[in-house]
Amino acid sequence: MVTGNNQIWAPWTVDDIHSKADLGRYRIRGMSTHQKVTHFDDLTFLSTGLTRFPLEGYKEQCNTRVELGGLNAENPLVIDTPVYITGMSWGALSANAKTALGKAASMVGTASCTGDGGMLPAEREASDKLIYQVLPSRYGSNPNHLASAQAIEIVVGQGAKPGTGGLLMGVKVLDEVAISRDLPPGVDQRSPARHPDWLGPDDLAIKIEQLREATDWKVPIHVKLGACRVKDDVKLAAKAGADAIVIDSMVAGTGASAEILLDHSGIPTVPAIVLAREALKEIGLYRKVSLIASGGIRSGADVAKALALGADACAIGIAALIALNCNRDIPEADFEKEIGLPAGVCNRCHTGKCPVGIATQNPDLVKRLDPHEGAERVANFLNSMTMELALLTRSLGKGDVKSLEPEDLAALTIEASAMAQVPLVGTNKVFGI
Amino acid sequence: MVSLDAGELTTRELNRKIKDLAEKSVAEIVVTNPAAQHNLAVGVRDKCSISIEGSVGYYAASQLDGPEISIDGNAGWALGENLMSGKISLSRNAGASVAASMRGGEIFIGGSSGARAGIGMKGGTLIVGGDSGFLTGFMMQKGRIIVCGDVGEAAGDSMYEGTIYVGGEVGSLGSDAMFDDMTEDELIDLWNELEQNGITDRPKFRKIVSEKKLYHYDTLERLERTLI
Repeated sequence: MVTGNNQIWAPWTVDDIHSKADLGRYRIRGMSTHQKVTHFDDLTFLSTGLTRFPLEGYKEQCNTRVELGGLNAENPLVIDTPVYITGMSWGALSANAKTALGKAASMVGTASCTGDGGMLPAEREASDKLIYQVLPSRYGSNPNHLASAQAIEIVVGQGAKPGTGGLLMGVKVLDEVAISRDLPPGVDQRSPARHPDWLGPDDLAIKIEQLREATDWKVPIHVKLGACRVKDDVKLAAKAGADAIVIDSMVAGTGASAEILLDHSGIPTVPAIVLAREALKEIGLYRKVSLIASGGIRSGADVAKALALGADACAIGIAALIALNCNRDIPEADFEKEIGLPAGVCNRCHTGKCPVGIATQNPDLVKRLDPHEGAERVANFLNSMTMELALLTRSLGKGDVKSLEPEDLAALTIEASAMAQVPLVGTNKVFGI
Repeated sequence: MVSLDAGELTTRELNRKIKDLAEKSVAEIVVTNPAAQHNLAVGVRDKCSISIEGSVGYYAASQLDGPEISIDGNAGWALGENLMSGKISLSRNAGASVAASMRGGEIFIGGSSGARAGIGMKGGTLIVGGDSGFLTGFMMQKGRIIVCGDVGEAAGDSMYEGTIYVGGEVGSLGSDAMFDDMTEDELIDLWNELEQNGITDRPKFRKIVSEKKLYHYDTLERLERTLI
């Protein structure tokens, strides 16, 4: 007799079917995928020994400053650390959260990004370097805001839910958020997946030129892609004239998505970076068009590994929100009572009942997040990541994060070897080639 | 009045000159020989009057806030995209996605417009003297679209709010769009508005609005029912 749990009809599968039998529609949640995928933990650095010598880990200088989008822009985006805050909308997040993220980014000399809700004035004021997203919805889209940005990001897709538009439940489409988006208050907003004014890569080239004209060719134009058919998409975006490409993987976060998309579309961050790197190499634009990786970046080690695989910088979302207090059992909050889940495993951003004042528009909950204290925490976290990144870089005998390379890495699993295209530890074999 | 020959300038040079002149409060700018170039008169954010003598390509007069632009010819895709305020007049036909995501001001098309006219529109008024293609007013959020002739299939598909007036035939209604009653006063106001734009015909307009059945998900999960 075979014993143990039933693999196919596991308790959570039974519960999922019960839920859908009640609902009559797909399920929705926030956060990111529950799939087990190869990630940065499956890679390790081969630090110095007798073949090369390290830099003093705590003392010698290590450059972390990077320039993004210098191909065409008069003023490329220069950030002091190769980590910035990704686009998350005012609406999905509270105004206090957006302001804190912008301020934190400014405190460490990096950038933040607007999201699918237009530019919040307080966010603009708090952010020295603000990336302005141009999304299919065009909520709050304004040429005056466009002209004030330090970079523009055309969003083609989002890693958490590629091929679809944003979701914002009616409980968060209130007052100023509804006004800013020109939406009826309380409507369950389902954003379009296609841009209103262009469709394919030939049109995208003209759209990129339009945005350059609107910004007087001063700032870089990024194109953000959900990581799916990475090689083709990256080549098409680069050929269309992008100065930088953001590749957003399946483990990236969201404030709300159909669960089926979170768990069953896209590819992980590690192979996404490698495929994007190879695509740019094949068309002679590697290190000319900047490559930015996002999805599941949690530490300086993740950043270092992403850079070693070929990225020029990383963008973080969930990690910044966790630094802001997401899933933290703060004294004012009662997670079990208020959100129905304990702190640490909450993924109910879509309900608008965020107990820590981040993913909510409820004024009483928003008060639980002090934007100044929040900014301090996020800035501390960004500084920690940068120090970790520099520490690892020095341990590899390098004085500049731009010198990190695939040769610095080995894979801990056969799958990681195949996806990262680096040797499996203990062997000289790179799987999958 | 300042005249600029588009045939002797790159798109970048031409747009810079237009913006410089507009910033310096030059009241009237004339652009000759546009030769259907893309991205002409993009991103002008000062009040001024611009006349373009000929046809234009994609994204003409887009990302604007304030100017009045008249174009004597045809236009490619996305004429007047994201207009905030001001007025754009086109004498002949417009391609797809005219007035995409427009937020204010007025766009007048003397001829017909292609597919997706007024897509994602968030305010202002789009007037089409002739016919308009399929998915007119797709995911429209606010504002008015007035089409004197026919509209294609799926008119007003998934619109949140706003109004589409159609003087001719409607190919079909899109998801969540419906015909609504029109008052006599509303009709007279429309005719007067058209007359101001040189249209003296008086079509018997029909009005399309959102049925608002797609506003909300019908059901919530067990846990959500206790939260929302």
